[in-house]
Amino acid sequence: MTPTDLSPVLAVRDLTIALPPGADRAHAVTGIDLTIEPGQTLCLVGESGSGKSVVAQAIMGMLPPALPMTSGEIALQGTPNPPQRASAYHRLRGPKVAMVFQDAISSLDPIQRVGRQLEEILEVHGVPKSERRARVMDMLAAVLLPDPDRAYRSYPHEMSGGQAQRIVIAGALLLNPALLIADEPTTALDVTTQAEILELIEKLKVEFDTSVLFITHDFGVVADIADHVVVMKDGIAVESGTAPSVLQDPQHDYTKRLLAAAALAPARDQAADGAAIFQVRDLSLTYRRGLFFNRTEVPAVREVTLDLHKGQTLAVVGESGSGKSSLAKCLLRLQDTDGGQMIFKGRDITALQGAALRDFRSKVQVVLQDPFGALDPRFKTIDAIAEGPIIHGVPKAEARERALRMLELVGLTPQAADRYPQEFSGGQRQRICIARALVLEPEVLIADEAVSALDVSIQVQVLDLFTDLQDRLGFSMVFITHDLHVAAAISDNVLVMQHGRVVEQGPTAQIFANPRDPYTRALLQSAPGQKRGLVA
Amino acid sequence: MIGFILSRVARAIITLLVTVTLVFVFIRFSGDPAAALAPPDAPQEVIEQYRRALGLDQPFWVQYTGYLGRLIQGDFGYSIHSGRPSLQIFLDRLPATLRLGGTALLISLVCGITLGAVAALNRGRPIDRGVMAFSVFAFAMPNFLFGLVVILVGSLAFQVYLGGQGASSTALGLIAPALTLGLASMGSYARFTRSSLLETINKPFMLAAEARGIPYKRRLIRHALPNAAIPLVTLVGLSLGSLIAGSVVTEQVFAWPGVGQLLVRSVATRDIATVQFLVLAIAATMITANLIVDLLYLVIDPRIRAK
Repeated sequence: MTPTDLSPVLAVRDLTIALPPGADRAHAVTGIDLTIEPGQTLCLVGESGSGKSVVAQAIMGMLPPALPMTSGEIALQGTPNPPQRASAYHRLRGPKVAMVFQDAISSLDPIQRVGRQLEEILEVHGVPKSERRARVMDMLAAVLLPDPDRAYRSYPHEMSGGQAQRIVIAGALLLNPALLIADEPTTALDVTTQAEILELIEKLKVEFDTSVLFITHDFGVVADIADHVVVMKDGIAVESGTAPSVLQDPQHDYTKRLLAAAALAPARDQAADGAAIFQVRDLSLTYRRGLFFNRTEVPAVREVTLDLHKGQTLAVVGESGSGKSSLAKCLLRLQDTDGGQMIFKGRDITALQGAALRDFRSKVQVVLQDPFGALDPRFKTIDAIAEGPIIHGVPKAEARERALRMLELVGLTPQAADRYPQEFSGGQRQRICIARALVLEPEVLIADEAVSALDVSIQVQVLDLFTDLQDRLGFSMVFITHDLHVAAAISDNVLVMQHGRVVEQGPTAQIFANPRDPYTRALLQSAPGQKRGLVA
Repeated sequence: MIGFILSRVARAIITLLVTVTLVFVFIRFSGDPAAALAPPDAPQEVIEQYRRALGLDQPFWVQYTGYLGRLIQGDFGYSIHSGRPSLQIFLDRLPATLRLGGTALLISLVCGITLGAVAALNRGRPIDRGVMAFSVFAFAMPNFLFGLVVILVGSLAFQVYLGGQGASSTALGLIAPALTLGLASMGSYARFTRSSLLETINKPFMLAAEARGIPYKRRLIRHALPNAAIPLVTLVGLSLGSLIAGSVVTEQVFAWPGVGQLLVRSVATRDIATVQFLVLAIAATMITANLIVDLLYLVIDPRIRAK
C-alpha cells in the first residue's frame, strides 16, 4: 500500500507565507489549511490581495524568493513537496499538479504554434516522440475544440479567449495530474463562454479522475462547481466548510457580503416613466480601416433606438464586441456617427459643433472602467476634479470649493484633496472619477463598465454610491456593463446588445423575470450560480 | 500578408526614387560641375564645352529623365579622373567593406546580445551594473578616437601595427577595426537585449511555462530569447545606418581599402559621378536592409503574418 491510495490529493497544513518588509501586512497568508479528497473540487474564494493566488503558487513550488514560506507543509497524494523552487518540481508540475491561469491567450508563447507548445510538455516529461502528436490530438478532442487539427496548427492570437482556455486546460491535463489548479480561469471570459468552460472542467474532472482547486471571487461559480469552500480575506481563511453549508448558512459577514453580490435579483422594480431626456433613433456606426489593399468595414452599432428617462438608469448589457462601448462613445459625441439621430432635451445633438458641443459635453459626463488609467498621475485630486468647472468658465476659487463639496459627497475626506492618484485604492480612485464627472452637475452620466475593475465587495459600495448620488442629484444614467449582476443591481430599464444590435429592451425586472429574446435567455441562463438555486 | 509584402516593397521603391531625385537635385545645385571639372584657369568657352559635353546645357527635366533612363539601363556614370565606370570602382572596393562591416555586425550582435542577456539574468547585481556602464561607454565613445587608441595600444604595447595596407589580411588586422566599428551598436544591442529580455521574462506565458514543468534553461532559450529578439530585429535594421556612417570614419582611421575610404577620396577630389553613385548605393543598401527587416518580421512573428 503506497500512501497515494489513502491520502488526500492535496493536504496543506498551517501554511504561512511572509510578505517583504514594508508591505501593508506581515504575512501574505497565515495558517491556511486545505484538504482535497480524490475527485473533489475545492473553491478558494477571495478578492484581490486575499492571498488566494499565493496559496496556489506555493502548491506549485513557484513562490518568489521575496515571499518565503515561513511555516506549514504541503503534500500531494501524501508525499511532502520539496522546498520552494527546487528543481524536483519539474517532475511534479504536469504529472502530479497542473495549473491554468486567468488570461489563457497570454499564458501561451505568442510565436509558437499551439500544437508545438503542447508537445513540448510531453517532451520535457520524457514521452517518446512517436506518441506525442497522437496524445496531443486526443487531448484537443477531449477539450471539445471544434476542429482539433486546426487548433494544433494555430497560433495563440488566432484564437478566442474561450478556445485558448480550452488549449491551456488541454495542456494542463496532458500528463493526467492528480490535481488541477485553476486560478480565476473564467474571469476574463464572457458569461456564455464562462458557462461552457465551467461545464468542460466538470466533465474533464470525471473523465481524467482529477481533483480541482478552483480559485475565484464569484460565489455564483462556487455554487455551480464546489464540493468544499474556503473563503479567504487578508491572508486568513475566515470560513470553510462543505459547499451546501457555506452557501446556505454562511457564518462570516464577509462570506455573506460576497454571497449577496452574486445574487441576480433586480433591485428596482418600479419603472415609472419620467420624461425622456435623451432619445436615440436608428443610430449606426461603422469603423473603417486601411486603404486600397486591405480596406475593411466593421459595423459596430446598428440602428440602435433607445430612450433615457429623467432620473432613471438604463443598463446596456452585452458581451465583448457587442458594440456597447461604441454606443457610449456616440452618446458622448466622442465619435461621429454614420446614421440616425440623437436628441438631448428636445435638441438634435447628432452633429453639434463648437460652443454648442462644449455646452452639451458639460451636461453629459462619463466614468470609465479603469480607475488607474483614468486619472492623470501628476494631478492632485482637487485639481483633477476642479479642472472641468474651470474649463467651463467657473472661477478658480469657486471650482475648488465645488470640488471639495463633491469629494465629501462621494465619501472621501477633505485630506484626499491634496493627494495624488497613486495614493488611493481602486475603489477610492473610482470615487474620485465619479466626483470629477458629477462636479459639472451633468444631467446624464454615462458609466462604461465603471465597476468591472473592482473587487465584488467594493463593487457593491460603488454601486450604492451611484444609486445614492442619483437619488440626491437627480441625474439620469446609462450604465454599460457585461455583468448581469451589476445591471440587476442598478438599473430601471435594461437594453441587451448583440453584434451591434438591440435584441431586447424594457424594464429590468420584467426582462430578468421573463426574457423573450433567445439571446437574452442564453445570457441569463449562463450566469453562474443557478445549479444550486443561488440565483432565482 | 500579400498586401503587407506589396505595401512594403512599394514603399521601398518610392523611397529609392525620392532618394535618387534628391541626390540628383542636391548635386546639381551645389555648384556648377562643369566649372568644378575644368582647370581653374580655363576660359569661359572651355567651360561651355564641358557643359555641352556633359549635357548640362539641357533643360533640368531633360537632364533628370536622361539620368533616370541611364540608371535604369545600369549606366551609373564614369569617374572623371580615371574614366572607369563608377560601378566598377565601387565593386572593387565592396568586398573589403563587406568583410569589415559583416565582421563588425557579427561581433556587435554576438557580444551585445550575450552581454545584455547576462545583465538581464543578473538584474541589480554588480555584473548587471558593470555591463550597463560598459554599454554607455561603448555607445558614447567616438569611433575615430577609439580606433586611434586601438592602434596606439597595439603598436606601443604589443608591437602590432593594426592599420595600413598589409594589416587587412591578418585576423587581428580585421578584428581591430571591426571592433571599433561595431562598438557603438554593441552598446545599444546590450541595453536593448537587457530591457527586452527582462520584459519577456516577466510575461505571463513564462510563468505558465514554468507551471507546465518546463525547466529554466529551456524556458529561457526556447521561449524568452526568441520573443525578446523580435524588437531587436528592428534595432539591427536601423543601426545598419550608423554602421555605414561609421565605416567611413573607421576605414579612414585604419587605412582600410573599402568603400568608405573611396567616398572620402572621391569627395576630396570632386569626382562627382562617383560620389553620386556611392550616395545612391549607400541609400539603396539602407532601404534594402529595412525592407529585409520588415519581411523578416513575417518569418519570425506570426502575429504580423496574420495581418
